[in-house]
Amino acid sequence: MSGVDYLSPTTIAEAVKALGQAGGGARLMAGGTDLLVQMRGGRAKPQTVIDIKRIPGLMDIRAEGGGFVIGAATSGAVLGEHAALRKAWPGIVEAANLIGSTQVQGRASLGGNLCNASPAADSVPALIAAAAVCIVEGSNGRREIPVEKVQISPGKMSLAPDEILIAFRLPPRPAKSGDAYLRLIPRTEMDIAVVGAGVSLTFDASGTCMAARVSVGAVAPTALLVEGAGMALVGSKLDEGALAKMDAAVAAACKPISDKRGTAEYRTKIACVLARRAALIARERAGA
Amino acid sequence: MSRVRISTIVNGEPVEFLGGGGQSLLDALRDELRLTGSKEGCGTGDCGACSVVVDGRLVCSCLMLAPEAEGKRIETIEGMQEGSELHPLQRQFLEHAALQCGFCTPGLLVASKALLDRNPDPSETEVRYWLAGNMCRCTGYDKVVRAVLDAAAELRQERPR
Amino acid sequence: MSDGNQGGSKLKVVGQRPVRPDGVDKVTGRAMFGADFHLPGMLTGRIKRSPHAHARIIRIDTSAAEALAGVKAVATGADFDTGAGGEVEAGEGATAVKEVAANCLAMGKALYQGHAVAAVAATSPEIAAEALDLIEVTYEVLPHVIDVEEAIAANAPVLHDDLFTTGVTPKPAKPSNVAVKTVMGRGDVPGAFAAADVTVEGHYSTAAVHQGYIEPHACVASFGADGQSVVWCSSQGQFLVRALCAKILNMPLSDIKVIPAEIGGGFGGKTTVYLEPVALALSRKCGRPVKIVMSREEVFLASGPTSGAVMDIKLAATEAGKITAAEMTLKYQAGAFPGSPVHLGCMTAFACYDVENLALTGYDVVSNRPKVAAYRAPGAPMAAFAVESAIDDLAKKLGMDPIDIRILNGVRDGMKTVYGATVRSCAFVEMLEQLKAHPHYQTPVAAGQARGVAAGFWFNIGGESSAAVHVDEDGGVTVVSSNPDIGGSRASMAMMAAEVLGLPIEKVRCTVADTTSIGFSGSTGGSRVTFATGMAVCQAAEKVVVDLKRRAAATWECDIANVEWRDGAAVCTDPAKDVKPLSMKALASKSAKTGGPIASEVSINAQGAAAGYGAHICDLQIDRETGRTTVVRYTAAQDVGRAIHPSYVEGQLQGGAAQGVGWALNEEYVYGPKGTLDNASFLDYRMPVASDLPMIDTILVETKPNPRHPFGAKGVGEVPIVPPLAAVANAVSQIVGKRMTSLPLSPARVLAAMEEK
Repeated sequence: MSGVDYLSPTTIAEAVKALGQAGGGARLMAGGTDLLVQMRGGRAKPQTVIDIKRIPGLMDIRAEGGGFVIGAATSGAVLGEHAALRKAWPGIVEAANLIGSTQVQGRASLGGNLCNASPAADSVPALIAAAAVCIVEGSNGRREIPVEKVQISPGKMSLAPDEILIAFRLPPRPAKSGDAYLRLIPRTEMDIAVVGAGVSLTFDASGTCMAARVSVGAVAPTALLVEGAGMALVGSKLDEGALAKMDAAVAAACKPISDKRGTAEYRTKIACVLARRAALIARERAGA
Repeated sequence: MSRVRISTIVNGEPVEFLGGGGQSLLDALRDELRLTGSKEGCGTGDCGACSVVVDGRLVCSCLMLAPEAEGKRIETIEGMQEGSELHPLQRQFLEHAALQCGFCTPGLLVASKALLDRNPDPSETEVRYWLAGNMCRCTGYDKVVRAVLDAAAELRQERPR
Repeated sequence: MSDGNQGGSKLKVVGQRPVRPDGVDKVTGRAMFGADFHLPGMLTGRIKRSPHAHARIIRIDTSAAEALAGVKAVATGADFDTGAGGEVEAGEGATAVKEVAANCLAMGKALYQGHAVAAVAATSPEIAAEALDLIEVTYEVLPHVIDVEEAIAANAPVLHDDLFTTGVTPKPAKPSNVAVKTVMGRGDVPGAFAAADVTVEGHYSTAAVHQGYIEPHACVASFGADGQSVVWCSSQGQFLVRALCAKILNMPLSDIKVIPAEIGGGFGGKTTVYLEPVALALSRKCGRPVKIVMSREEVFLASGPTSGAVMDIKLAATEAGKITAAEMTLKYQAGAFPGSPVHLGCMTAFACYDVENLALTGYDVVSNRPKVAAYRAPGAPMAAFAVESAIDDLAKKLGMDPIDIRILNGVRDGMKTVYGATVRSCAFVEMLEQLKAHPHYQTPVAAGQARGVAAGFWFNIGGESSAAVHVDEDGGVTVVSSNPDIGGSRASMAMMAAEVLGLPIEKVRCTVADTTSIGFSGSTGGSRVTFATGMAVCQAAEKVVVDLKRRAAATWECDIANVEWRDGAAVCTDPAKDVKPLSMKALASKSAKTGGPIASEVSINAQGAAAGYGAHICDLQIDRETGRTTVVRYTAAQDVGRAIHPSYVEGQLQGGAAQGVGWALNEEYVYGPKGTLDNASFLDYRMPVASDLPMIDTILVETKPNPRHPFGAKGVGEVPIVPPLAAVANAVSQIVGKRMTSLPLSPARVLAAMEEK
């Protein structure tokens, strides 16, 4: 791996240019916790590694427009230490903080988690549930794209070859809102999610659900936004009937594979269990 | 070969070395600087035997590129002892017999110190979760956790807040 | 506490908990493990491995690799010269040299994914990696077989054309994958079943699991121009490494010096060689030192896991719960070459119990998996899983307490084991009584939880060991051990020497010697070191004491019979002499005038190792919607003879229990349809992490010190991995409401069982 060129640009333009020039031979690196493993295992053989952590704005969290903008390379540890973010979006922070060990938390980022394009990425269902938007920039300028539109299939993304994920935009949080993310792993830590589920809910004063987004991970080629599951909750007080409808919608959306981490049947069952549990936690957090 | 000059501070000492663009910090520490206290148990960030602290953050040195260390402060197991005095964690590990083979021990100590620097009074559960990325196959973790809790208590007495 | 050894209450060092002599190096990063050595001119060695589970090697073209600048040597199996082959004692059983060689570098066939086929030595890791890609191996891919039952089937692909089942008469006409059939037993099994009040039976299976030492295999080898060579490596036996290297490379033993590095865990997995003969062959070709370090993936693919097993068991018992007969069939995976521990499974299965009628049949079965290596109590945990589950069924059927039924059937001194040994110095029943009285067992099971109990056995061994005791000129002592210290044995060696010599522990240091610096020793394995090498240390120290007394008698011009050694000094008991005691320091400083240096080396074949018995209690809960199990409380009791350093004995119990819990819940080798391993990483081979486990309470039962050891020690390392599989499974089965017969008890498997009900 010593034959690899290491670049650490300090502006987005510089990074975009380097990425374009490399013509597919470069890989962007945030925390590197997936990339270095792939390089070591021979599954990634970049000629150039472009470290984006020295670019201003990629490593911080800003309050903006009533919501937050999170630099794509911000580490999980930094997210976990941001009190205001944790209060507004506990589900996103807990999802990010579930990735790997304390050591991995010191490096791993939301941007890297999304751009690794694994269907089992922990933070992605939480971001999708939150209606988070990606800010990307390439030679054709800057654009915004919903998180659920970024992954196409395992390892594949909808970004152009020279586009860089700069940040995530989290929308303003209405009163009586809450989110949660849960995953199932055989151990207590260190595993890849067998299934993950993120839920974000907003209630009215009477405790009726006004808005709901439900996303599940590791049950399809990409993390899924299950619109039917959200619709099942809207207008309800999360009674058994509504939850059962959500279960049915989640189960219908799951198209999992059986692999070393779990069987398809098990994954579908657990997706429903976790979505339900996450919804109830989100409601509690919303104070509804 | 794209070898680059890297200037960094390791255990308080300024250090310069030539590292490969794709070389891990762990390989650089071990092969270029001969600081072999950090171990490679997996090379994939799963075992924590290579734990070091970079600018105050606990990381796996196998999951960081050597050139990223440019301008950073790195703390390894070799810097934990203060002069000829063992750190209370090191002493508690010995007194509790919290090591058998000792291979994972440097990583566990570095990670434990990072915990106590941040949280001087962790619960057993907090210790266990913080150290979940440091695999030990010999001890079953019991004595490790007790050593960390006792070292925390000792440090709290030494440096009352 | 009464016993025939040096009395427990009089002991000053044994039974204390001093800091281990090698401790500071291990907490400061100074300890040198196998991968930590750097030599001038050292090359990086790398190994090319088969991508196929089973393939004939048609051709290996190394020319392009050899031509690459920076490549100094390329080796294949053709570079080995095993001559007549033969066997080498490997600590837990003999190992066939030709098979070890063919496992280090394939000969003719690749027998599993990851099987080494060629090796290179180059001036940098990058060049070595590039050279591996340039080695062209032409394979004829053959049908493969992974599963043990499928490997036994008549139409299975056969791994070895020359493998005919031994243990059956007449010799089979055709080769097969069944290497050995083992039969043992006694009494009238059919008769006992016919007369039984109650019977239970079951079909059990366990997955292949890896030892999981955190340090990957590593070595440096340097071949000298005159043939004299040095190998630095992490292993459980420097003499074993020397013997295997010498046999595989046809070198005289005296030309190879093996220097044991610190070893980062072994658990039996480092009682063979993978890299050392390869590194030495490469060094022989190019004359430069060669270092090879496995990646974690290589460790999983190509170093020994232990057998997965398939077992059928039947028990017969009286209404009162006395087991009258047992019948059991065990089929163990050997991996690519014969040598599973199935015979040890047969021998240990009922070793905790007095069962009059027994019939055990074992099959050693090869398949396209890595060759198994010893793993802590090899063969015993799987057999105990089936036996202890069946006993749990029996207790349920009879409404008996699980500890009571084990006490009723437990072995006691004087009874005969199925393999012919007479039980002695056994505290199995006392241990169960202590476990029953422990607060854990006396506390009612919490709501939503279940409690499992299971027992386990290991022989423990003695064997050949050497040790030396050197008295330094200032009266301090150096103990030289012949065994790599895998879990703190230098502490117990130093403690035993200090006890015999009457010195404080700080005056005694202990080192592990290379193959040229101490007499021969068997490997660190079989729970033998504290017993056998410890006995050699004690004897060497006792000889030093005799020598010191002789020197004191000469100084005082009295009869040696009137000299006693007390608290580290010679004391004159002759009332006619008015002399002050002569301390170790005083005697050591005058050694030149009393006969020269004071030192002693002892080499023995230690006999009288006493078997170990353990029993564990596990409380756990299960998430009923997901099938996830959480262990909430765990207690391990063990008959330890006498604990030399109780902390390290407790550590053995805790570590073994943790490995056993991993085996029970999550660890397994997962194969894909092409016979390739799907989970060769710590990410997906799920060993317990700190947050997976509770504290592990221990009960060290010291009621029966081993009279054949100077301080009553028994081996303790292996027993604790035997009970946990069934202790966990028995608890899980209660919550699930049906017998769980297949490990691991993964969430999906547990959930499916709960839903099936």
